[in-house]
Amino acid sequence: MTTNYHAATGRLLCLLCAVFCLASRALFAAGDKVTITYWEKWTGFEADAMRAVVDDFNASQDRIFVDFSSVSQIDRRLMLATAGGVPPDVAGIWAEQLPVYAENNALTPLDRMAAAEGITGSEYIPAFWNLCRHRGHLWALPSTPASIALVYNKKMFREAGLDPERPPRTIAELEEFNDRLLRRSESGKILTIGHLPEEPGWWSPMWGYWFGGSLWDGKSRITADSPENRAAFRWIQSYPDRFGADNLLAMHDGFSNFASSQNAFFTGRVAMVLQGVWVYNFIEKYAPADFEWGVAPFPTATAGDPNPTTIVECDILVIPHGAKHPQEAFEFIRYVNSRKPMEKLCLGQRKFSPLAECSEEFFAKHPNPFIRTFLELAKSPNARTVPRMATWTEYTAELKNAVGRVWAGRARAEEALAEAQSRQQKSLDRQLERWHRQENTLKREWDKP
Amino acid sequence: MTKNERRRLATGLLFISPWLVGFFALCVYPLVSSVYFSLCDYSVLSPPVFIGVRNYQNLWIDNVFWTSLYNTVFFAVFAIPLGLVVSLSLAVLLNFSIPGKGIFRTIFFLPSLVPMVCLAVLWQWMLNGELGLVNNAANPVLHVLNDMLGTAWSAPNWLQDARYAKWGIIFTGLWGVGNAVVIYLAGLQDVPRYLYESADIDGAGFWQKTIHITIPVISPVIYFNSIMGLIGTFQVFAVPFVMTNGGDGPERSLLFMATYLYENAFAYWNMGYACAIGVILFLVILALTWLATKLSEKHVYYAGK
Repeated sequence: MTTNYHAATGRLLCLLCAVFCLASRALFAAGDKVTITYWEKWTGFEADAMRAVVDDFNASQDRIFVDFSSVSQIDRRLMLATAGGVPPDVAGIWAEQLPVYAENNALTPLDRMAAAEGITGSEYIPAFWNLCRHRGHLWALPSTPASIALVYNKKMFREAGLDPERPPRTIAELEEFNDRLLRRSESGKILTIGHLPEEPGWWSPMWGYWFGGSLWDGKSRITADSPENRAAFRWIQSYPDRFGADNLLAMHDGFSNFASSQNAFFTGRVAMVLQGVWVYNFIEKYAPADFEWGVAPFPTATAGDPNPTTIVECDILVIPHGAKHPQEAFEFIRYVNSRKPMEKLCLGQRKFSPLAECSEEFFAKHPNPFIRTFLELAKSPNARTVPRMATWTEYTAELKNAVGRVWAGRARAEEALAEAQSRQQKSLDRQLERWHRQENTLKREWDKP
Repeated sequence: MTKNERRRLATGLLFISPWLVGFFALCVYPLVSSVYFSLCDYSVLSPPVFIGVRNYQNLWIDNVFWTSLYNTVFFAVFAIPLGLVVSLSLAVLLNFSIPGKGIFRTIFFLPSLVPMVCLAVLWQWMLNGELGLVNNAANPVLHVLNDMLGTAWSAPNWLQDARYAKWGIIFTGLWGVGNAVVIYLAGLQDVPRYLYESADIDGAGFWQKTIHITIPVISPVIYFNSIMGLIGTFQVFAVPFVMTNGGDGPERSLLFMATYLYENAFAYWNMGYACAIGVILFLVILALTWLATKLSEKHVYYAGK
């Protein structure tokens, strides 16, 4: 019995040793290289584009190996992994989340590493460089950028007797076009329409930008109920007033997912939408073969400003706080931000480059016929961003709710905005209190050499 | 305690240790720590800072929290009785000795095997205002009624209209009553035959037998299902969360307490505030369960007592 027991234990130990040897072989397969983990939110062709750049980087030197993986719900996972002390070395997040990560001490400041490499803002389109900074520090470098514009269906313009090469330039003109493009059924149901502020409605909290407004003063005061934002909300309100809230809700409920061939814009139910540079990829995939489209700056409330208004967004690369290999991680980020790899990545994702300089070859190869329009928009002095505040997630949910109430005809513009203003001011006050409590400690840590 | 007793105690503790460790690590510790965190300003990444009852004070003046509480109570008040009536009626019907009884039972149980997320996505389309099956079935009926009565009724945009959104979720919930039906069926099997036989001899009809025999005898099962329903409805999260694509629904009509807790914890990084909501949710469920136990003491029949 005892002998058997010992023999069994011995066999088990041997087996464990074997497993351990195999595992360690696999772990150290990369040889003496430093392996850095890189979490990215992209999937599909966007992930493939980055994977190709990662492969190039891995092949270009023999010191660092980047282990790339696509991670869903990256914002939440990254925060929890960082809190748990096991963050990846590099993570790809959205620039709009940078303030909340930075103020919660979830990121490594990049100022010194960037300075050592001689990286300055002059290498980038200003809007994207600014998106990587917060509270006086550099926290990220761009991966792929985007801007948004009026994307319209030329065929529908022609059928309504409008000039397909002459998109609207002011909100008033947009509404004129809207009336021309409107088709109703006998029972009054809306069949097609020129434009709906809620289709797709992804930026509806920020419609005030096209009316010259802002959402906060950049420091401590929410300006949701400013005259410009009220004008924007009154414009949204004009839709249920004109078409009937139930009619709009019924039409909207019938729209399918954005990424489908039943998309309201691709099927010709809505002629003009506010969309980003990525729309090309979806038109290629989902729109009918004879779909004719054009791109122009989205009309503003007042005419005359030569600088078009847009919202710019950017996917960024950050080094989470507590990452094991920050130097090596930065080396990889630096590589992605040099011109050739960046152009390869942006071409793969069919976006434009966030770098100030871009080769002609990039545009020649680019399949999106309107890529220069989106790029010019991003360079405009009126290229706006989401408010760079740690409470933005909450603020945007609040404003979306306000838009929803106005859209459903359940609240007037002023009323909805006044409520959003008071709630979000309180929330910002609380956040600022939290910030001031830890400001000195955090700044000391960030400035530490 | 003798040496022998101590040894036996140690052995006993060792045997239940997996459970003890699990209970303390996974139940007691999170419960106690979330009560502590509810008294802190805590963003998950920075260490919690004790702020006393500030989170509770803020909750008290937070309209959105009250909206979420109202929505949750509204949902519970309608979903629990409706679910109870529907599942009990189905169980009574499925308890009749008719040919193909097994097939019917299976059919009614099947929907509860559908994972919650699939159920939510499915009903999102069923309740679609323009293309949904529910409205496609309801509209012709309403047309006939409108012609007859001269009214102008039309089926609502269930999930887009704040006035109907919660009803949409309540109806969706009815689809998953299969579990409760099975439990009721088991209870119905336990009703002694002789009670029915003597009632038959006394000339009692179906309703009299149901009200005076069936329901009293299965009252512990009804009680059990009601408590489970109470806990389930107060924790409602997945179905509305998926149906609103991770939002709050029109005008926050589908913002439930669990959703608001989740948003504060994992979207706004106000973990302390979220813990305070959790503590209140816990107290509400505790109080209601206690109340249900008190109220039902006289009405629940236990054969052993």
